[in-house]
Amino acid sequence: GPEFHNLQELRQSASLANKVFIQRDYSEGTVCKFHTKLPSELDSRIEKTLFEDTVKTLNNYYAEAEKIGGHAYLEGCLACITAYLIFLCMETRYEKVLKKISRYIQEQNEKIYAPRGLLITDPIERGMRVIEISIYEDRSSSGSSTSSSTTSSSGR
Amino acid sequence: MKNCEYQQIDPLALGTPASTPTSTQCAKNKSHRPRRKWEVFPGRNRFYCDGRIIVARQCGVLPLTLGLIVVTSVLFFIFDCPFLVTHLTICIPVVAGVLFLFVVITLLQTSFTDPGILPRALPEEVTNTERQIDNSGSVTYRPPPRTKEIIINGEVVKLKYCFTCKMFRPPRTSHCSLCDNCVERFDHHCPWVGNCVGKRNYRFFYTFIVSLSFLTSFILGCVITHLTLRSQGDKGFLQALQESPASVVELVVCFFSIWSTLGLSGFHTYLVASNLTTNEDIKGSWSTKRGEESGNPYSYNGIFRNCCAVLCGPMPPSLIDRRGFLPPDVIPRTVASGSELHPFMAKNDTNMCTQAPKKLLETVAHSSLVHSTCTSATPKTALVTQEFPFNSVSSMLSPSNTTQVPLPAARDNRRSTPWTRPAVREGITQKGMLDAYKYQVS
Repeated sequence: GPEFHNLQELRQSASLANKVFIQRDYSEGTVCKFHTKLPSELDSRIEKTLFEDTVKTLNNYYAEAEKIGGHAYLEGCLACITAYLIFLCMETRYEKVLKKISRYIQEQNEKIYAPRGLLITDPIERGMRVIEISIYEDRSSSGSSTSSSTTSSSGR
Repeated sequence: MKNCEYQQIDPLALGTPASTPTSTQCAKNKSHRPRRKWEVFPGRNRFYCDGRIIVARQCGVLPLTLGLIVVTSVLFFIFDCPFLVTHLTICIPVVAGVLFLFVVITLLQTSFTDPGILPRALPEEVTNTERQIDNSGSVTYRPPPRTKEIIINGEVVKLKYCFTCKMFRPPRTSHCSLCDNCVERFDHHCPWVGNCVGKRNYRFFYTFIVSLSFLTSFILGCVITHLTLRSQGDKGFLQALQESPASVVELVVCFFSIWSTLGLSGFHTYLVASNLTTNEDIKGSWSTKRGEESGNPYSYNGIFRNCCAVLCGPMPPSLIDRRGFLPPDVIPRTVASGSELHPFMAKNDTNMCTQAPKKLLETVAHSSLVHSTCTSATPKTALVTQEFPFNSVSSMLSPSNTTQVPLPAARDNRRSTPWTRPAVREGITQKGMLDAYKYQVS
């Protein structure tokens, strides 16, 4: 695949070839969790372990945000007593974790994905439905190649 | 790398692919003010305070609800409290005051909070969902099957495909035909509150109805005490009523509301304890004929745990990002979504979005309101009457013109395959469809 040295180089010299969508895994209920299986379109682009690590870390972050434990109960009771007005002034735990996730994705993009011609979009921008991964082709080398994928759709 | 091939890609803009602007549109798009996403929101909602406040398009009877609460409470404070303070204790107006504040604050929060609306799928996602590969390896684009089965905690759950939002609905999500949105953990659309009740505002709603029950009972009790005390001695009850006519008003209002508020609170307490939504309870999603406890895969199998999960769980963020800015290169199109729908699209399916005439909806809303106020029956009945009339209305065939601007990413739907039954699609060749999708994806 094309070699890009950083995110900026990716932006300047690449064109969008295809997008892959990692779907949600609902086997454990409505908690936010994504499938960790590497889709076939990315087989040639990134190592399976790296990809799985990224998705598993994201899943862990979401699990942390949605954890129902002692701290959450305390927050909930406190919020109830103040007629939930506290939500207007305080940043919720979920929002804090989302910021961490955002930074993590940015970091992963810079270090791992952009050099391989890939870009991860934060799931929050897709309604927490999918992890969208954009696949780029180097403009100078690929010529007129468009969508390279004719194999099965992204892993479920 | 030649300069003429140089193309800047802004990762932020990648989220919403730019629609190819025609020259006429470029000329029209003269506004330089960056637009916020709420301005192009496709659902039937209204926004105030530059997107901070969201309400359903039809505010239902929210003014009535608010009015009744405020008027009754104000009358109570003015006419009953002085007497009760002198004869009993000052705690009475204090308690009433706290309850009143609770009720009003939680009511407004229920009405103005995003219930958990799911943003609609972008074209690339839609293409991805539609793409199906044959055994021979050829690619076709068809609307996906209507349901998809998955297993959640050992139970088989069917996910339905939403034809409006163009995605498979996550579990417990339902499409509200009034607001034209898919809402997560959809409970019901409450006309009293003028909004859907879903994942994000369920705890506000629950606190509202519980504190309203307390307030109603409290005022009722205090008014009766007031009248009783006043009629002691040689005065008689009727004279007491004449001396304090406001109390009669409060008495009437509270007496009629107490049944529904107490009933509703009890019903929702049951729902919270078993981690069910009104939607699931009415449809009987998890009840088994053998009378087993429940096949509910979301329940934590413990009343306390369920209550904590539902009421004290984490507060998820709003997914629609209404105050976010649109990327500058996107030009929203004012396509009247109704006129693009193929006439055969409307099905007898409550989950399909069809546009029903506004007047009919309003008359139905009024009639269901009459149902729910007149009946002192269980809240279940009341809720059924407020939900099902809308469902039957939504299956009406005539799509009406809406003025809603679709999401910028939702491009000109004329090019894509209309969501019709296969029999109707004869005029569209497979090659034509493939070309349409290549155009969208590239």
